[in-house]
Amino acid sequence: MAGNGTAMAPLPRRTGFAGFEDRIFELMDQRGYRYAVLGVLLAAVLALPRFSSNYVLEIFTNSFLYVVLCLGLNIVAGYAGLLDLGYAAFFAIGAYTSGVLTSQFGWNFWLAIPPALALAGAVGVMIGAPTLRLRSDYLAIVTLGAGEIIRILARNLKSITGGPSGLIGIKRPAFFGLELNQISHYYYIFLVMVILALVVSYRLEHSRLGRAWKYVRDDEDVAEAMGIPKSLIKLSAYTMGAMFAGLGGCFFAAKMTAISPDSFTFLQSLMIVVAMVLGGMGKIAGMVVGALVMVLFPEVFRTIGPLRMLVFGIILILMMVFRPQGIWPERRH
Amino acid sequence: MGLLEVQDLTLRFGGLEVIDHLSFDVDEGSIVSLIGPNGAGKTSIFNCLTGFYRANSGDIRFAGKSVVKRTPHEITQRGMARTFQNLRLFRSLSVMENVMSGMHCRTHMGALGAILRSPRQRREEALIHQTAEECLDFVGILHYKDRRATTLPYGDQRRVEWARALATRPRLLLFDEPAAGLNYEEKSRFIDLVRRIREQLRITIFMIDHDMAMIMKVSEKVIVIDYGRKIAEGDCEEVQNDPKVIEAYLGREDEEAH
Amino acid sequence: MSIFDIIAQQLANSLVLGSFYALVAIGYSMVYGIIKLLNFAHGDIFMVGAFIGFAILSLLTGIIGNGWLGIAVAILLSMIATGCLGVIIQRVAYRPMLAAPRLSIMITALGVSLVLFNSVMAMTNGQYLAFDTGLSYDGIDYGPIHFSYTQIVLVISTAVLMVGMTLFVEKTIWGKAMRAISIDMEVCRLMGIDVNKIIALTFFVGSALAAAAGVMAGTYYGSIHFFMGFIIGLKAFTAAVLGGIGILPGAMLGGLLLGTLESFGTQIPWIGSQWKDVFSFGILILVLVFKPNGLLGRTTIERM
Repeated sequence: MAGNGTAMAPLPRRTGFAGFEDRIFELMDQRGYRYAVLGVLLAAVLALPRFSSNYVLEIFTNSFLYVVLCLGLNIVAGYAGLLDLGYAAFFAIGAYTSGVLTSQFGWNFWLAIPPALALAGAVGVMIGAPTLRLRSDYLAIVTLGAGEIIRILARNLKSITGGPSGLIGIKRPAFFGLELNQISHYYYIFLVMVILALVVSYRLEHSRLGRAWKYVRDDEDVAEAMGIPKSLIKLSAYTMGAMFAGLGGCFFAAKMTAISPDSFTFLQSLMIVVAMVLGGMGKIAGMVVGALVMVLFPEVFRTIGPLRMLVFGIILILMMVFRPQGIWPERRH
Repeated sequence: MGLLEVQDLTLRFGGLEVIDHLSFDVDEGSIVSLIGPNGAGKTSIFNCLTGFYRANSGDIRFAGKSVVKRTPHEITQRGMARTFQNLRLFRSLSVMENVMSGMHCRTHMGALGAILRSPRQRREEALIHQTAEECLDFVGILHYKDRRATTLPYGDQRRVEWARALATRPRLLLFDEPAAGLNYEEKSRFIDLVRRIREQLRITIFMIDHDMAMIMKVSEKVIVIDYGRKIAEGDCEEVQNDPKVIEAYLGREDEEAH
Repeated sequence: MSIFDIIAQQLANSLVLGSFYALVAIGYSMVYGIIKLLNFAHGDIFMVGAFIGFAILSLLTGIIGNGWLGIAVAILLSMIATGCLGVIIQRVAYRPMLAAPRLSIMITALGVSLVLFNSVMAMTNGQYLAFDTGLSYDGIDYGPIHFSYTQIVLVISTAVLMVGMTLFVEKTIWGKAMRAISIDMEVCRLMGIDVNKIIALTFFVGSALAAAAGVMAGTYYGSIHFFMGFIIGLKAFTAAVLGGIGILPGAMLGGLLLGTLESFGTQIPWIGSQWKDVFSFGILILVLVFKPNGLLGRTTIERM
């Protein structure tokens, strides 16, 4: 019989705001409450188009896209702990691939998604394979450079990508014959995309691979000692994140029907990083919150205009110093 | 043929020979300890065995095959696991998740399996959970499984490390200073655990420690090194009475009694 | 111009360029050595140093003129001011992160870079500012090759600074403390070394050197721009990695080597000067893939 020393001492209850957060988690741990809350949210989200203006729908549709992008970066940075500053490049690859396939080769939108994902993943492997073997510090700068290079390529390969003015006339996708031309259509399509991304994220997180990402994040040398091939695992996170961005890119291109390299700048990569940090890295709910915040505040951002990046920098520093877990609280075991 | 054979191993840092033409065997099913004064090179040996350091020359053979050029995760996969001198748990994760890491190298479901949640994936997850719980139970901390690993008292965090290493289903388990920081009661529990690991799980044990009393109580064979060189090898009594060993310890400042 | 003339001219250019890269690379290397952080914001420190030097020089122009004396004072004052800025930054944004996961400090470094970069951009409205110096293009001539006095003075000044740095790290107690901390911070704490103070000192010195390079660059090129930090930062980082990150002579070697490669590289017909940034980036990739520990670096052994 295994020796047993200490009986489990229960953790003391926290007071104040932290205690409040703990209490919410206790509540949500009960299945009934959890399903009830999710159910209400789902119903609200489904019913929204009936009660809102096109403007509101536009905002929510954009936030769905942002959630998908944040979820993707969350895999790379939140789960695996890799700082990717060129994330928008994969967004671009997805957008351009599906845009070119549908507008220049007449492909069906839905069929264009797999090749776009595949290409985004392939580029992820190409960039990641040589660089992920190194210490994570180098990754930030290399991904920054890679992102810029891809954007420059998009701007210069005029024949494929339409050059600086970009790709226009991307066909609107059809869904079982119904052409999607109203914002409410896109709302639902994006909603499906986001739910898919949420489910995939959740399943990945709570799996052998998801755990491996976290092991490598917390202590890559010990993870290696536990039999986990750390470079391969990092690469899988990077590639998976790339595919999420690629998916977002496809839908983005279809909605905008016109894309240009200006949508895929470093600022874009940065905004996704900020959204992730604000919401709470490593947490799916945090990604939803962060994406919503970033999309719902463009009014604020518009007034400060060129000072956006400055504010983002300050936000990043303040968040990391004062509330590194982000807006969404961290569960305490 | 021993389970672990170290042949003429040499490791140099700069001009210093940290390991100097070291050779020894660890037979399957035995409990062997490696001792020596501070700075003798013990942890470096462990690091070479587990692939974290690349030896300059010599060979390390595990189950008959050379592992001297293998990466750490390959070596663990082949059945050699280790614990760490300074506690290195995955700090953001629970005790259960920490231990489950050991099962990674014994399973293989990937992204697709995770996304689709196929029956095979669910069976594998169940196996991982079950094995982790068994290991936690074996070391006696199953009741802590959902706690964040770093919130546990020190002695219990050590047990998480042991459970984690056990979860890799090793043939040879390397303990790096397992008793460091443990009180008397915890140390006797550890001795008991070591014996159970050998009897019930049939795992070979190779450990480093400074606590002489504990080493002598539990080891079948003791290897003594000093300045990277083997100076004695044998059972506890032989080693304790070996004049070279006594000189090595008395002639050097040893900070630890026990 | 014969081929030798071209080579000689390029060598002169590469010495100056390499000097800038080396000075900035030292800061990268020192900070990485001590807290294992690739300080994203270091290039921006270089830029801020240049702007502070500009401000000081503008103030001084009336008093002691903008010749070598004015520049020297500007460099000195900028070094001190920027050094202090570096200390403040590490206190606010980096020191709290030392116990946190690696990603956290990388994010704050990113934040610092953004703040510095965009503050200066906002303050200058994105304009180039002319670095008015009273220097001439006079120099020494060997036939068609021209070594301006400016180039010579800058190279010598850099050499002096680098020698000073080497002496500081090798001989002084603080330099030794820095090296000790880069090997094992925990042990140094236990030994009673005030680790926080040494880290602050490291940032001070690294930032000061970058500021010196910044003012010199302003002097050499005649104008400064908020974007100059980004490119120099990337290249100095490449230089530091090329020479061996964390190793001081490596930073110097890497800087000079990169300066040389770049000067000569742009002479290759089909590369040309518009591709020189990509060229440097390409070198970075090559180094990282084939020799990530740099030319002077040894294969790092993990301390387990």
